[in-house]
Amino acid sequence: MSKKHQTPLLDELKKGAFPSFVTEIEKAAVHSDMSADLLGQVELSYREKVTHWKHGGIVGVRGYGGGVIGRYSDIPDKFPSVAHFHTVRINSPSGFYYKADSLKEICDLWDKYGSGLTNVHGSTGDLVMLGCRTEVLEPFFAEITSRGWDLGGSGSAMRTPSCCLGQSRCEWANIDTMGITNDITQHYQDEMHRPAFPYKFKFKAAGCPVDCIASIARADMSIIGTWKGDIQINQAEVKNYAAKMDIQKEVIDMCPTECMAWDGKELKINNEECNRCMHCIARLTKALRPGKEKGATLLLGSKAPIVTGALMSWVIVPFIKMEPPYEEFYELIDKIWEWWDENGKNRERIGELIERTGFPRFLKEVGLTPSAAMVKVPRRDPFFFWSEEDVQK
Amino acid sequence: MVGGIGRRISNVVHTQGWVHCHSAATDASGLTKSIMDELHEYFTSKDLPNKVRIAVACCVNMCGAVHCSDIALVGVHKTPPRIDHENLKNACEIPSTIASCPTSAISPDPTKKSVKIKLEKCMYCGNCYSVCPAMPISDAKNDGIAIVVGGKVANLRTPPKFSKLAVPWLPNNPPRWPEVTDAVKTILVAYIAGAKKYERVGEWIDRIGWEKFFKVTGFAFTIQHVDDFTFARETFRTTPTFKWT
Repeated sequence: MSKKHQTPLLDELKKGAFPSFVTEIEKAAVHSDMSADLLGQVELSYREKVTHWKHGGIVGVRGYGGGVIGRYSDIPDKFPSVAHFHTVRINSPSGFYYKADSLKEICDLWDKYGSGLTNVHGSTGDLVMLGCRTEVLEPFFAEITSRGWDLGGSGSAMRTPSCCLGQSRCEWANIDTMGITNDITQHYQDEMHRPAFPYKFKFKAAGCPVDCIASIARADMSIIGTWKGDIQINQAEVKNYAAKMDIQKEVIDMCPTECMAWDGKELKINNEECNRCMHCIARLTKALRPGKEKGATLLLGSKAPIVTGALMSWVIVPFIKMEPPYEEFYELIDKIWEWWDENGKNRERIGELIERTGFPRFLKEVGLTPSAAMVKVPRRDPFFFWSEEDVQK
Repeated sequence: MVGGIGRRISNVVHTQGWVHCHSAATDASGLTKSIMDELHEYFTSKDLPNKVRIAVACCVNMCGAVHCSDIALVGVHKTPPRIDHENLKNACEIPSTIASCPTSAISPDPTKKSVKIKLEKCMYCGNCYSVCPAMPISDAKNDGIAIVVGGKVANLRTPPKFSKLAVPWLPNNPPRWPEVTDAVKTILVAYIAGAKKYERVGEWIDRIGWEKFFKVTGFAFTIQHVDDFTFARETFRTTPTFKWT
C-alpha cells in the first residue's frame, strides 16, 4: 500500500537497532486513516519543530468527569482524520497483570473504535488508548465497561493508583501492594471518576524502599513497605555468596549506617542501627530477608516541578500496619483530603499547600503526632509558634 | 529487543511529545529512539557500574519521573508566552491565569480585559499556557532540550535524589538530535570511567563533587546552573572546601 503522506524525516527513525515507533504507527496506518494522518502531522512537527495539537477541549462520557483527554489537531484541514484525536485512559489492573486474551480484547476494541495505537502503559499508569473521535467515546465506553473494564482518573481527581508487583513476584515485598491498590481503587470510585479536588492526587504503593514504582517522586501519597525487627539471616546462604563475591567490599563497606560485620564465617547485623535502605538485602537476596513485623511508611507530597518546584514525598506516618480493611489508613486519607479541600487553592497539590502553610500546622490540624522520623534535621532558627495553652497567664 | 535488567540502561520512561501533546517543546519518542539506537548495547548486554534510568519529558510538566532520573532530558522554552488578547478575554479565567505563574510575572491588564507579563520575571515554564490557551509559548527557533542528571528514586545506600541541571539548552534538531545524543553519551562515558561498582550516577557525582562533574564531562558551567527558583538557598556552597578544576 502506498503511503498517504511522504515522511522523509520520520523515515530516518525507522533505521537503527532500537524498536521504532514510526514503524509501529505505519503498521497501524495500513488499516487506520487516523494513524496515516498522524504520521503526516508528526512529520510536519519534525519539519517545523512545533507541536500541532491544539490546547484543551473538554470531552468525556456521561456520568464521569474524567478519564478522557480531549485532543484536536490545529490543522484539521490538512489532516482531517486527526481533527479529533482524544486519549482514553483505562484503569490498569494492580501490578499491570493481564491475560493475553484481555490485551487482545482491548486492542481489538481500539482497532474498531480508535486509531489502533496505545501506550502501555502511559506515565500515569493507565492503559492509554491514543486517538479517537468524540462520537465514538460513548459506544466505546459502553462496550469496554460491559466487559469489565473501566476508565482511569484525569483532571483534579484521584488518579489511577498504581503499584509495584509486590508479593506476587518479589521476595522483598513487605506489604500486599496489589491488594492495597485494588482496595483504594474500589474504595474511592467517586473521587476517581468525579473530579472534585483542588488538583490531582496520586497514590502509589511500593513493597519496599527500593521503590520500583517511583512512589517517592511521583505520588502525592507514597505507601512504602517496611519492617520492624531483625533482618533474617541464613548464614549458610551468606557463605554461598562469599564463594562468588567480595562481601566486605560490595556489602559491608557500602552499608550507609555501618551496622554490618563479616569475619569470613558469620555475618552480623546491628539491627538497632539499620535504616532499612535495602542494599544488603538486594545484594544477598537468598541470604537476607526483611524483619518479621511488616507494615508501611506513609509519605506525602511528591510532584513534578510545576508550579513552585519539584518535591519528593516526606514521612508523615513512620509505621502503619497496612492490612484490610485499612480503616486507619482511610480515616487519615479522608482527613488529609478534607484539610486540602478546606485550605488548598485551585491547582495546588497537597505538597505545595503544606509548603505554603507549614508542616507543623498540617500535623496539628490533621491530628498526626510529630516524630523525629519526619524530618532530616530539626528547625535551625529559633522562631516557632506556641499556642495559648503553652504560656502562663 | 529484550533488556533493561540489572546494571544496564532501563527502559526509557518518556512522554508523548509531538505525537500527541499540545504542550510539547520537543518530541519524546524521536529522542528516545535516537538515544537508544546509539546506546542499545547498554540496554541488552553491556554492564554499567549500576542501573541507569534515562527519562525524557517533552516539557516541564514532566509526565514521568524525570526529576528523579539518572540522565533525563526535558523539553524547555527560552522565550515568554505571547498573549492573544482577543481570545484571552473569551477563553481564559483571568484570576486563575495570574495565579498559575510561579514567579508572579503575570498581572491584570484591565484596559484590554486581559493580562500583561513582566518579561524579566518570566522563567518560561508554560504553566500559564496550561491554564489559558490564549498564551501560546512554543517557539520553533528557541525551544530546546535541557539535560538533568543524578536523580534516583530507590533508597538503596543513599536517599532518593533529585536530578540536577547539567546542560541548560541544546537545540531541537530532529530527526536525530545529534547534539543531545552526544551529550548523553558524554555523561555515560564519564560515569563508566569514574564510578565505583554499584554507584548510581548521582552517587558518583556526589562523591567526586559537581565541580568535578563539569570538568570530566567538559560541559560549560553557566549562569543558568546557579539556582534562583524556590529552593535556591540550599544549593549554595557554604564551605571553602571544593576541588580545583
